[in-house]
Amino acid sequence: MSLNLQKDFPILKRRVHGKKLVYLDNAATSQKPKVVMDILQKFYTTMNANIHRGVHTLSEESTAAYEAVREKTAKFIGAKSAGEIVFTKNATESINCVAVSWAKKNIKKGDEIIVSALEHHANLVPWQEFCRETGAALKIIPLTADFLLDLEGFEKLLNLNTKLVCVTGMSNVTGSIVPLKQITEMSRAVGAKVLIDAAQSIVHMATNVSDIGCDFLVFSSHKMLGPMGVGVLYIKESLIGQMSPYMYGGDMIETVEQYSSKYKMDYAKFEAGTQNVADVIAFGAALDYLKKVGMNAIEKHDRELFAYAKEKFGKFKTVKIFSPNNIKNCGPVLSFVVDGVHPHDIASIFDSEGVAIRAGFHCAEPLVRRLGVSSTARMSFYLYNTKADVDTAVKALQKVLKIFKVKN
Amino acid sequence: MDLYSENILDHYQNPHNSGEITDRTIRVFENNPLCGDTIQMDLKIKNDTIIDIAFIGSGCAISQSSMSMLSDEIKGKKLSVLKKMKTDKVYKLLQVPISLGRVKCALLGYATLQHAIKDFEK
Ligand SMILES: Cc1ncc(COP(=O)(O)O)c(C=O)c1O
Repeated sequence: MSLNLQKDFPILKRRVHGKKLVYLDNAATSQKPKVVMDILQKFYTTMNANIHRGVHTLSEESTAAYEAVREKTAKFIGAKSAGEIVFTKNATESINCVAVSWAKKNIKKGDEIIVSALEHHANLVPWQEFCRETGAALKIIPLTADFLLDLEGFEKLLNLNTKLVCVTGMSNVTGSIVPLKQITEMSRAVGAKVLIDAAQSIVHMATNVSDIGCDFLVFSSHKMLGPMGVGVLYIKESLIGQMSPYMYGGDMIETVEQYSSKYKMDYAKFEAGTQNVADVIAFGAALDYLKKVGMNAIEKHDRELFAYAKEKFGKFKTVKIFSPNNIKNCGPVLSFVVDGVHPHDIASIFDSEGVAIRAGFHCAEPLVRRLGVSSTARMSFYLYNTKADVDTAVKALQKVLKIFKVKN
Repeated sequence: MDLYSENILDHYQNPHNSGEITDRTIRVFENNPLCGDTIQMDLKIKNDTIIDIAFIGSGCAISQSSMSMLSDEIKGKKLSVLKKMKTDKVYKLLQVPISLGRVKCALLGYATLQHAIKDFEK
């Protein structure tokens, strides 16, 4: 089942508390293959120059390399053209950009925005704030008992006042996969625009915006083998013209006079000031790497590994897992609790065995509260993880039960 | 593992001074928003001295055992003394190494106590 990629990730050789590192906190951020780090080094040693501003060789080279990643990103998500891709600093900024540049102009008091009960704070709080400021109403798509979006409940929320529907592609807590195409079709039927937070889903599954039909789609480089500090905002071409700039300053400008200016009309109006050129270029190397392994192979691997982990952890009576029943609806994120042991303590004991997991709200406090707990422990898998990693996690779990004298 | 000594687990699983005080002088709540740990602390104070303490908490073994140990420590002590108590005292009670990520847990009880003293003096 292993894709045998461990050798490409230098950090996996690391030891933690004398034990081999087993990295199972991929939903927070992924590790980086050597090719990605090499590109960063190469950029600063051979090509470093600001983009879009010079005629000298270095500037031309760095501009070309930067713009090539825009092309690559467009292809990776099936966008119609590179002009639909905006680089930001992370998924969070991409969502805020939609709120500022599109929603402010197009949504007013009396209108409605729908988000789902699965959302990360990044796709909830900006809309809470937006609604507080504008007087628009915020509606929440409920969950089924199986941790999936309740599509009948969603249908009931939709009406002609619905202007925007914001959903995640995959929950970072329960791993629940969301039927994006169906949600988009239902939303478009009432004339609402659709924003997809693909921060988790794009990491594990092939994503095609033309097939989904969404208006906006956002994600972060750092969760998919790329560096931190790069986010992507996909905007459907027909909407770019109706949007205002996100920030004002250099590079997003057409002409500037002393008291007024004209802005660029294309994606450039969202990229003010010097961009994170080196990291964008390294993100391009991450996309190449993912493409080489193949998103379908990654999805298959991650799901099989997840199924293995779920089965192993499911054997412990005192362990409660929060994940949809049908494995087809599951991304490789396993949230669990253990009777009588706080998730923080679970994470500390796992760490003592070299196993990195996360404990807490996972930036999705309303969702975790809906699960009826005050926090969960979470393991999340990616392409370099193996069955042996899961076996080490099982040993760590046994240690937890032993230390806390939990009878299983 | 070092962190989970018998002593810590004993206090976690059978906390000392757990519960409420009906004729309390003051009640305060404190929580750690990052992980959701909470403590409700009741104090009975007479002549500047804590004559009784009780708490109800939920959270990890470190936050709850630390509160339990602290509750034994402060009973019968003067507020003027407790006000000057340093966080070192908590680490001494715990007797295990606390990593950076667990400092907030270890000091939740301490923060609750200082909160109570401040409110009482108002
Ligand atoms: C579903 C989801 N959305 C958004 C984000 C935010 O990503 P970033 O912190 O890179 O902006 C995350 C990351 O934790 C996430 O899991």
